[in-house]
Amino acid sequence: MIALLLRDIRLAVRAGGGFGLGLAFFLLVTVMVPFGVGPEPATLAKIAPGILWVGALLSCLLSLDRIFALDFEDGSLDLLATAPIPLEGVVAVKALAHWLVTGLPLVLVSPVLGVLMNLPGPGYGWLVASLGIGTPALSVIGAFGAALTVGLKRGGLLLSLLVLPMYVPTLIFGAEVVKRGAMGLATGTPLALLAGITAGAVALLPFAAAAAIRVNLR
Amino acid sequence: MTLLAVHNLSVARGTIPVLEGVSLSLAAGQAMVLRGPNGIGKTTLLRCIAGLQPALEGAIEAVPDAIAYAAHADGIKATLTVAENLEFWAAIFGTRGIDHALDAMNLRHLATRRGANLSAGQKRRLGLARMLVTGRPVWAMDEPTVSLDAASVGLFAAVVSAHLGQGGVALIATHIDLELEAQALDLTPHRAKPPQDGGRKGAFDEAFV
Repeated sequence: MIALLLRDIRLAVRAGGGFGLGLAFFLLVTVMVPFGVGPEPATLAKIAPGILWVGALLSCLLSLDRIFALDFEDGSLDLLATAPIPLEGVVAVKALAHWLVTGLPLVLVSPVLGVLMNLPGPGYGWLVASLGIGTPALSVIGAFGAALTVGLKRGGLLLSLLVLPMYVPTLIFGAEVVKRGAMGLATGTPLALLAGITAGAVALLPFAAAAAIRVNLR
Repeated sequence: MTLLAVHNLSVARGTIPVLEGVSLSLAAGQAMVLRGPNGIGKTTLLRCIAGLQPALEGAIEAVPDAIAYAAHADGIKATLTVAENLEFWAAIFGTRGIDHALDAMNLRHLATRRGANLSAGQKRRLGLARMLVTGRPVWAMDEPTVSLDAASVGLFAAVVSAHLGQGGVALIATHIDLELEAQALDLTPHRAKPPQDGGRKGAFDEAFV
């Protein structure tokens, strides 16, 4: 399991592995938005939580199809499916690796991008907390979507269509945490719901994804 | 001791039945070569035995976690070196040491070369070296000699012989003569009959009948 995690991280950070793709996209989105909507600080502060969360979500989406498609194409997935580690474990580890190379960097740079979006002071802690709690769900849900579309040639469009509706609850509660945090209101309820979505997704979806992969490998 | 036994197996490719009534049995030290024209279902049979797809009917008896499968694709990562690729599979299968595999398939001098820079034959040798690091007794191999030169085919035959000598078993789909002590199973007589001749209908038909 640890060997698989290390391999996936190593593949991601080596040339052409896609590390930094999500990060660069996140950066571009948040840099471009102020140009698009104008530089008024009040407007930017108002839309900052939503834009930051949408940006994080889309940059997560960008690298989802790599989770299983590359291993499927070169035959590794067949070999992993016949290896002694359970396929559920393979899914969980690959989702974790995806989060470590995509989600975690987003969490870490989000305060810097918050400055660009003129996020109000109290919002920074909540931005990091909500992304830290919410992005694991994005990776796991994405791994499930990737498992569903793994056998398809260029299944990226279908993957996005499948995954985006499942991302909506995370987006709503994640952005709500930041919005309320920035206004100095209580954030307990959306934060608890966000954590609940993540916990549920992490607990259940590896099993669903493994079942989907088994069907797709037939 | 019988390491792998297949009884009256029928398999389907997609929803179309391709083979029926296949039975075979391999005791320790035995090898079997699967023969038959393209499309007869050699790959499907091997994937079924490897546990990647269910059989339509029949049974596969094998010791749990005994089968190592080598497919057409070798599962080589282009950005990892030969040694890193092998070490990964050794870790996944919980075995130690890749030196014997590097030596057996003559990959020692390529150990630090990245997968992207290997030739087709070298990739195949790496794929076969992977079988050695699995530490599993039953090898199910699909066209293992594709793109190998004559010397490498000899190397491969020697590796399989050594594996059989240690009490292993090999089930190999191939078109060439490996000069191994192996039974041959011609799959042509096991071709699935079409439905109008009393054969099994595909799962697709069943769903709509």
